[in-house]
Amino acid sequence: MTIGAMRDEWYPVGLRSKVDANGQQTLLMGEPIRLHESEGGEIVVETADGRRLPVVIGHGHVWTSLGQPDKPLFAIPEADQPGRRLVEVGVVRVRCSPLRAVENFLDIAHFPFVHTDILGAEPHTEVERYEVEIREHEDEVWATKVKFYQPQAAKSAAGGITTDYMYRVPAPTCSVLYKTCPARPGEWDVITLFVQPLTEELCDVWPWMALYDDVTPMTDLIHFQQMIFLQDRSILENQIPRRLPLDPGMEIPTRADLTSVAYRRWLKRHNYTYGAQLVAQ
Amino acid sequence: MKLYDYILSPSCYKVRLLAALLGIPLELRAVDFHPGGEHRTPALLALNPAGSIPILEDDDLRLTESAAMLVYLASLKSSDWLGRDTAAEAARTEQWLSFAQRLTASLGGARLCEMLLRPGDLAALQAAGIAALRELEAALVEQRLRGERFLVADRPTIADIACFPYVALAPDGSVSLDPYPSIRLWLRAVRALPGFIEMPGIHRLHELKPEPVHGAEGEPA
Ligand SMILES: N[C@H](CCC(=O)N[C@@H](CS)C(=O)NCC(=O)O)C(=O)O
Ligand SMILES: [Fe+2]
Repeated sequence: MTIGAMRDEWYPVGLRSKVDANGQQTLLMGEPIRLHESEGGEIVVETADGRRLPVVIGHGHVWTSLGQPDKPLFAIPEADQPGRRLVEVGVVRVRCSPLRAVENFLDIAHFPFVHTDILGAEPHTEVERYEVEIREHEDEVWATKVKFYQPQAAKSAAGGITTDYMYRVPAPTCSVLYKTCPARPGEWDVITLFVQPLTEELCDVWPWMALYDDVTPMTDLIHFQQMIFLQDRSILENQIPRRLPLDPGMEIPTRADLTSVAYRRWLKRHNYTYGAQLVAQ
Repeated sequence: MKLYDYILSPSCYKVRLLAALLGIPLELRAVDFHPGGEHRTPALLALNPAGSIPILEDDDLRLTESAAMLVYLASLKSSDWLGRDTAAEAARTEQWLSFAQRLTASLGGARLCEMLLRPGDLAALQAAGIAALRELEAALVEQRLRGERFLVADRPTIADIACFPYVALAPDGSVSLDPYPSIRLWLRAVRALPGFIEMPGIHRLHELKPEPVHGAEGEPA
């Protein structure tokens, strides 16, 4: 399998705050790479044979690419607003396709069953109609006007509320979600999932958040998100087929909700197929 | 009573779980284990030089071994949970409390490698974990032949709580529970206890849906 069009995209490979002069090894799409901080404080990423890779620092992480990205790293303007707390949740490795990890993040219907009594609860299992589009100018997938009843929408939520969501896919292995901010009505909390594809069936996931919450200790914010993501992990590792099918006829459509369908269509359109299953088997 | 806690730590969950089953309230103090490594900071090393969590404090008592915490909680509330009805039962309970440390080192070590990228010899940890699971499976088969559903009796004890979390989370370290039918039945029996609480990776039994008959532990119900 060749890497194809996904080669020229940016991927997260470490928390900026954790990379030091000693450096660290990791893998990007099957290629061993090494990161370290130079004496001048610059982050260097190189392959085993000494090839320097492009580097950009953003959203708390170090991003690199095996190819030549022709676009800057996607922006998250909301995360730059003053007064937000930036939460570095840390890495979690998952034995799943990087595209599967993003697809699961986009799927709101699993909340009552996987994140029971936190992000969802029986009998409130209905997902109301919402809007999905591929925004041509930005070249991103967007789902808006998503509403869901949540018993504990955030660490700072005191009780059950109906939460508004927007989902955005700005890069093939990244998703940004915006949700009602309990502490500051009218603003959106930003919760992201940045996925580093190690291989087509293995990924390191770097959740990151930009929240309005002046009360909750940082450790509790980290743990709330780790709790949520670890509830997903065992499910992600048991998905069959392991790769994300891009042929729409292949999987039972109840799980493949509207956002997932749009995500797969967008992946297919761009030939973003690293971690995908292309033909029915 | 204050527990230095981490939501993803199976050892901390043992204490949270037994406290919930016994109805003992805990004050939780979250420790930034990952990615912060707070358990190895001077402030926490001053409480526990071993650099591990959980740590439990109650007045002037400070405990740094989860087994001791289970004994303490069970002694406060109910002698049934202590597993000390007979000399043999007491000894077998101790045996399982020590066995649980092997589970922590093997299955827990594999889980840290696989999930949080802790360096380690994954294959050796998994092999040690599988050896421990085989031993546990054999013991549970014998218990069932005796007509007992739990590790030392027909009622749950601290022996079960000490062994339950790392076994239930074995798949997190890529160790499958499919080969162990008695372990899977026992995991279900623990999950069915009144007052049971979950941790990420260990789901509650969903009452409304029948569980698939085969190999479903650790998967969503
Ligand atoms: N003292 C043992 C330690 C339990 C244990 O291994 N805890 C893990 C977290 S689940 C830990 O703190 N490990 C320290 C480390 O890995 O750095 C107990 O209470 O059972
Ligand atoms: Fe989820």
